[in-house]
Amino acid sequence: MATVLVNVPARARRGEIIEIKTLISHPMETGYRRSELGVPIPRDIIRKFVCTYNGTDVFSAELHPAIAANPFIVFTTIAIESGTLAFHWTGDNGFSATESATITVE
Amino acid sequence: MGFAVGALALAAASAFADEIPRAERRSGYDVMSRETRAMQDDDTANPGMLWVLEGGALWGRKVGAAGRACADCHGDARASMRGVAARHPSFDAAKKRPVSLDQRINACRADRQQVPPLAYESRELLALTAYVARQSRGLPIAIAIDARTQPFLDAGRATFHRRQGQLNLACAQCHDDQWGRQLAGNVIPQAHPTGYPLYRLEWQGLGSLQRRLRNCLVGIRAVPYDFGAPELVDLELYLMWRARGMTFEAPAVRP
Repeated sequence: MATVLVNVPARARRGEIIEIKTLISHPMETGYRRSELGVPIPRDIIRKFVCTYNGTDVFSAELHPAIAANPFIVFTTIAIESGTLAFHWTGDNGFSATESATITVE
Repeated sequence: MGFAVGALALAAASAFADEIPRAERRSGYDVMSRETRAMQDDDTANPGMLWVLEGGALWGRKVGAAGRACADCHGDARASMRGVAARHPSFDAAKKRPVSLDQRINACRADRQQVPPLAYESRELLALTAYVARQSRGLPIAIAIDARTQPFLDAGRATFHRRQGQLNLACAQCHDDQWGRQLAGNVIPQAHPTGYPLYRLEWQGLGSLQRRLRNCLVGIRAVPYDFGAPELVDLELYLMWRARGMTFEAPAVRP
């Protein structure tokens, strides 16, 4: 199970632009490397990241082999209403991780 | 006779007169880019915190025949482990020599939890070490040298000043004499181990001071000492003593 760190402001004013930071532990093995014995190391990367805000997609990203290990993704959205931000990472070998955070908008 | 001893003492003192004056000491943090500093300073951007989080979970997990977790003896690490990493390597009475923080954790696992030791640089050992080290962040490095540890400090200092490898270089030639200058594209740091275990962008992962020292040994084309070798622990002791009083930053981020 991957370790995840997300940073969402606990409260915000309605209409305010909020910054969201996410960090997840993942090797992001490119698939282009070989082991010391010359055997190709199979690709193992996160393919997609999605953030939903009360069920609506507000941000998504496709990840590729050139992205470093432990991807750190920062993005902004507009605080519309109180609720839950859900984060979902999916990738090779059935990788899946979810995390959520609540925000109070006043 | 008295003259001979005096001359010897003078020679010994002058041999190490090149050590960096306390006022001029700089952490690697001070010479790295603004972006990398920002990454270290923000706990939600610092990838080392992923290991700290994992270590926190391991701290509370009951393991082994004794069914005991670290927390069962040590309680809340924020109180019980405060300052511990800043005074390691420290003397171990059973081994009759200084041991590094990861060796201390493994010894505790063997004695109290009755589980096999974790491999050096394994994810679990790094996570536990990072979690313990995190509790010393912001504290001054406090290596206490007494009659028991003095010979090991001297051995570490001798290693630091000994030319090794095909390039025939000593640690001191770069890190005491040439710090602040360029080695290819990089600024030569003063080699103060203020933030270990730390996240190196080059490694794309967390690593121990011993991993870093082995990298440096390979760089001068010397045969690196094995993980946990007495030479490495003595060198670690000397480096921490050399950085005494500097602020502990673990888990740091370095390029």
